[in-house]
Amino acid sequence: MIELKALSKSFEGKNVLKDINAVFQNGITNLIIGQSGSGKTVLMKCIVGLLTPEQGEVLYDGRNFLSMTKKEKIALRREMGMIFQSAALFDSMTVLENVMFPLDMFSTDTVRNRIKRAQFCLDRVNLIEAQQKYPGEISGGMQKRVAIARAIALNPQYLFCDEPNSGLDPKTSLVIDELIHDITTEYNMTTIINTHDMNSVMGIGDDILFIYEGHKEWQGTKSDIFTSSNERLNNFVFASDLFRKVKEVEMQNMEG
Amino acid sequence: MFKALQTLGSYMMLMGKTFTRPERMRMFFKQYIKELSQLGVNSIGIVLLISFFIGAVICIQIKLNIQSPWMPRFVTGYTTREIMLLEFSSSIMCLILAGKVGSNIASELGTMRVTQQIDALEIMGVNSANFLILPKITALVTMIPVLVTFSIFAGIIGAYATAWFGQIINQEDLTYGLQYSFKEWFIWCGIIKSLFFAFIISSVSSYFGYSVEGGSIEVGKASTNAVVCSSVLILFSDLFLTQLLTK
Repeated sequence: MIELKALSKSFEGKNVLKDINAVFQNGITNLIIGQSGSGKTVLMKCIVGLLTPEQGEVLYDGRNFLSMTKKEKIALRREMGMIFQSAALFDSMTVLENVMFPLDMFSTDTVRNRIKRAQFCLDRVNLIEAQQKYPGEISGGMQKRVAIARAIALNPQYLFCDEPNSGLDPKTSLVIDELIHDITTEYNMTTIINTHDMNSVMGIGDDILFIYEGHKEWQGTKSDIFTSSNERLNNFVFASDLFRKVKEVEMQNMEG
Repeated sequence: MFKALQTLGSYMMLMGKTFTRPERMRMFFKQYIKELSQLGVNSIGIVLLISFFIGAVICIQIKLNIQSPWMPRFVTGYTTREIMLLEFSSSIMCLILAGKVGSNIASELGTMRVTQQIDALEIMGVNSANFLILPKITALVTMIPVLVTFSIFAGIIGAYATAWFGQIINQEDLTYGLQYSFKEWFIWCGIIKSLFFAFIISSVSSYFGYSVEGGSIEVGKASTNAVVCSSVLILFSDLFLTQLLTK
């Protein structure tokens, strides 16, 4: 479980995050949604420690990340996995070497066991056949799957995904969403996904945090969204005709 | 002035982060070998090529413009050797390498930064500066004496080529000049200077690449800044090192 308490961050006097309080439970997919520039990525970076907030606390199962020593932070980071918007695979390494990298750095296992573990992770994301290829030789969707395999290589307790579907077609996005959702329940991880993909919201939004201009505007489940009267949330989620129609059908079903 | 101090401060902080004990020596050596090949072995070709032609050109220029009946005939060989040993193979060669290796390092690290590969390392709990920069610095500092030695030999072979193929100078005169009043210390001077220059090239370029913020335009700017800054620092330090080493 990850808990945020009164988190605030500003850049050159401009408040980007204002007093964010939230709880992200383990075993479910927690989504952070919001318009571009609303502060989602800054919030994610504050949670993982790539940015330091001016105020507030980030508690990883009760452990305050911000008051930890450098050594403690490094130890905690080994319990984290992250999937970046651009996949962030190492270009000079093959797919297998990319997945093996965290194991090579931190595991004391034999080479054979490390390869076995990396191949298991690649198999989990259905990419075992691409293990000898370089990131530049595989598609964007495959790169995201490799990033997922690399993120779970060390059995992390916390998984962070920054817009995992960006640049992917709807079908591949569904595959990635389902994969993240399945892995989260399988390993009982605390997963936080940054997204503005409404298909993800409707598909895997077990818990959704809506950020608006740097503050927490709304939090609830995907079914709560249909009944919410929050105007800003409705304007954001049901911005397209398609989703407005989805809402109408869903409301009719509820009334029926 | 404030910006320069700020840059110096962040450079020092980055070096502090870089010069720590590697987390996994096995991974460090893997990176080190890769960098030896990428930064050192891959530069041998250009070093040999440039040194050969510069050696030949220095020899021709001195023969045609300096040599006169009032001067001993060995002066061409002697001057060619001194220029190659004292300045060209260390300082000028390092200026050329600042262009080749410096831009390579800055653009590689800059691209890693903008594609979030460095963030990925940090999230994993890896000291990214130590993992990426330390092997580059140690590899270039290790390879530079080899490159300097190759450059000296290539320059001398270039000078001989003017005697063998161009008939510009008598081979015996050239050999006599090359051997005349030879001081072994001058070779060490070149190597010692090049070690400092190698550190400047690799660390300064790494700093510019590592601290990129933005996109591809910033990576290009960082690459240019790395080359310009390394070159200026090489020239300044050459002045001090030459004074210090040839006293």
